[in-house]
Amino acid sequence: MTAFPLEQALALSGLLFAIGLAGVITRRSMIMVLLSTEIMLNAAGLAFIAAGSRWMQADGQVMFIFILTTAAAEVSVGLALVLRQHHCAKSLDIDAAGSMKG
Amino acid sequence: MKIIFFIAASLAVASSLAAITRKKAIHAILFLVVSFMSIAVVFYTFGAPFIAALEVITYAGAIMVLFVFAIMLIDPGVQAARKEQLRQSRIVLAASASLSLALVGELAFTFFKNPGRHTGNAVLSAVSVGTKLYGTYLIGVELASMLLLSGLIGAYYLGRRADPSKDGKGTGNDSFSA
Repeated sequence: MTAFPLEQALALSGLLFAIGLAGVITRRSMIMVLLSTEIMLNAAGLAFIAAGSRWMQADGQVMFIFILTTAAAEVSVGLALVLRQHHCAKSLDIDAAGSMKG
Repeated sequence: MKIIFFIAASLAVASSLAAITRKKAIHAILFLVVSFMSIAVVFYTFGAPFIAALEVITYAGAIMVLFVFAIMLIDPGVQAARKEQLRQSRIVLAASASLSLALVGELAFTFFKNPGRHTGNAVLSAVSVGTKLYGTYLIGVELASMLLLSGLIGAYYLGRRADPSKDGKGTGNDSFSA
């Protein structure tokens, strides 16, 4: 392995995070918002891996494993909620789902 | 190794950009699979081969497949894609995406202000990760297992379909009324 400048690794992480953030802000479908959240989580994990490599400790990789676990649990519950919403309201528009009923 | 890093990083950024701008959700998911695989290559160049394998197996192989199953069950159709395209004007999209551009600018300024630090030049193998994970962070493993259990129960309960043979007069505990 060659040693990269840490700024490049963190800049990649920040760029991916900002791309995910743009996706969360601009998309209207719930599934696309969840997808963009996954991009953001992965970018944060990339920053952890880069930092762990900088200090030559495996803690960064352990943090990424925990982030991965959290993302998996969140995606499963989030998609179950999306399926519920589609079953009830037949639409996944987040602007139309503005009010809770019942 | 630097060439590999740059190719994989640019591929990850390009496919992520493509993923958030697709009209159909399934195209976005497939672009995101490409992005995750190229990020796994980036992990490999940072000396984390175990995490690279985990990323491909779990993120690209399980979470994205879960998204594909959800899309398959929901089946948005053609009208949804057209509706999403028509309702947003370009100016609104550009204005909201410029917020993330501001974030990128701030992050770039912070990162490149103090140069001189480098990532490591050795591989942190699965042995060291496992030693740390089940040594120092053992409580995190237990908490993660409880989190996954609660996620499993929650996803099962939320995804349960109401029994069609009931006449609608439930006990009131099932909140499946539409």
